[in-house]
Amino acid sequence: MTAAVPVIELTGVRKSFGPVEVLKGVDFSAYAGQVTALVGDNGAGKSTLIKGLAGVQPYDEGLIRFAGTQVELNSPLQASGYGIEVVYQDLALCENLDIVQNMFLGREEMKTGTLNEPEMELQAIKALKSLSVRTMQSVRQKVSSLSGGQRQTVAIARSVLREAKLVILDEPTAALGVAQTEQVLNLVKSLASQGVAVIIISHNISDVFKVADQISVLYLGRMVAHLNTKQTTYDEVISYITGTKTQEGANA
Amino acid sequence: MSDTQVTLASGHEGSVRDQFVAYIRRLKGGEMGSVPALFGILVLTVVFQIASPFFITKLNFVNLFVQSSELMMLSAALVFVILLAEIDLAAGVTAGVSMAAFIVLVKSAGWPWIPAMLIAFLVGMAIGAFIGYMVAKIGVPSFVVSLAFFLGFQGMQLVLLGEGGVYRVEVPTVLAIMNKNLPPLGGWILLALCTAASYAISVWDRGRRSKTGLQNKPFAIVLMKLAALVVMGSISVYYMNLNRSQGAIPIKGVPIVIPITILVLTIGTFVLDRTRFGRHLYAVGGNPEAARRAGIKVVQIRIIAFTVCSFLAVISGVFHASRIGSVDGSAGRTIVLSGVAAAVVGGVSLFGGRGRLSHAVVGSIVISMIDNGLGLLQMKAGINFLVQGGVLLLAATIDALARRRGGVVSRA
Repeated sequence: MTAAVPVIELTGVRKSFGPVEVLKGVDFSAYAGQVTALVGDNGAGKSTLIKGLAGVQPYDEGLIRFAGTQVELNSPLQASGYGIEVVYQDLALCENLDIVQNMFLGREEMKTGTLNEPEMELQAIKALKSLSVRTMQSVRQKVSSLSGGQRQTVAIARSVLREAKLVILDEPTAALGVAQTEQVLNLVKSLASQGVAVIIISHNISDVFKVADQISVLYLGRMVAHLNTKQTTYDEVISYITGTKTQEGANA
Repeated sequence: MSDTQVTLASGHEGSVRDQFVAYIRRLKGGEMGSVPALFGILVLTVVFQIASPFFITKLNFVNLFVQSSELMMLSAALVFVILLAEIDLAAGVTAGVSMAAFIVLVKSAGWPWIPAMLIAFLVGMAIGAFIGYMVAKIGVPSFVVSLAFFLGFQGMQLVLLGEGGVYRVEVPTVLAIMNKNLPPLGGWILLALCTAASYAISVWDRGRRSKTGLQNKPFAIVLMKLAALVVMGSISVYYMNLNRSQGAIPIKGVPIVIPITILVLTIGTFVLDRTRFGRHLYAVGGNPEAARRAGIKVVQIRIIAFTVCSFLAVISGVFHASRIGSVDGSAGRTIVLSGVAAAVVGGVSLFGGRGRLSHAVVGSIVISMIDNGLGLLQMKAGINFLVQGGVLLLAATIDALARRRGGVVSRA
């Protein structure tokens, strides 16, 4: 694999809810400039793994290294302090606000005590352009007037603005049509090409093959495979997901 | 979307005509604001003028403004909580209790009026903060909290003032607000100040944009808005400066309440449009969960909104006391419903996140015109309520439909 230090590296992560052990000693890493897909069936522990990274639900045990140094992720604030941004499925956008206002929500640029709208507008346009976004009519249109793919775009561009080091996308294409899925996948690629480590959770394996460099498969709380997209097949990934094929760390 | 552009636009591009087309598109998309209400004002003016020769007279023109200022202020107060998709049914009686505290301090305790007024505002804000706390922190629906206060404070007013207690307001400064006028020259100076301020803000904003390297809208749009302000303002000031007295002593000039209202609403609009608090208020109203995840202190925003609402409501209470010249135990009971109606009629969405103070102003004028016009036609009070109820239902329907229209556009 890559010789570089991973942006995020988890070792032996465990998490239980009461008697139920959801993560049973998971190792996982994601690298700058790469898209790492996290796949697995329902209940495999994908969401729990992600919530730990987001600081929403800290892990019970395990080592977290951020860019090589050991860190704790006990709150969302801590996580965003390291530059970890999560784009949830529901996107968390305010429909009554426009694109610029949404992208800067909670971290508005100020000047002499008032909102510095021109500066925010300029930076928003830059962030969208850096992702080669061409489908917005105006950055001042309300989010309520945007399509699903455009909303996803706004949510992803927001993480660019925040200069995220690690962006986690939770099912970004789940609710989208064919053309919009294509748009969003291109967006994910250009996000990674900016040197951001991208983790994408998806149930759609063909999307995963289109966009991911690495594929990590969770099965019942264990990481059963880390695969290089170029060296694996659709069927192999499926067999790991469904548990018909199991293997401990052979493929690396 | 077919007309995709390669460069990202910001809505400031294009000629005056392009801007107009874009505006119409937004209207059709459901962002109607107070356009239906402005249309309503036009219709009401025509209808009442045909029905009653007194409707457009010097005296009635001024009366209409003075009457509506109380409602305007209360409606503007309510906008702050309606933007959060909340309601404060107690806004009127909060003002009533505050004014009762004021008059008791002045009359019974012999306080000078200024500190008493200060206490009145503090009482109002404390009540607002408490309602906000109950809603935001404890999680009781605002409808219920404010309904409880609405009932309780009617009692509180009676306790403070005594059963059937009516105190005359004998503070000249307070009485002057609704009953005295600026000298004729003062009206023109006021208009000049407003025009200059509006122009200065536009130029300042454009300066900021061009310094950042962004495009500005055509300057002609600034001039058109300014021209509209000057024309409307001049007509109003001219009319108000005519002698409207029916007796021997001339009465003329812009009522003092008007510059006060303009000042308060301008500050309020500034806060909503240009401060972080304002932006966060809209965000919480639009999507509280998204606001929370963006790091906005949702509870704090809610409490402040209720406090601001009560503060502005007390100003409305001062206007009321000034106009009728006394404080009694029933003040503020009925006006609160008209205040909600005015905000909604003016285009503030009950679903939260959409609306401006200017909408409350326009809505208040509509409600006041109905009140005033039907009064001139000597209609019974019953008819008045029926019409107001009908208008409110119509406005709320437009609000709900516009909201649905917005949703349809997003799926296109």
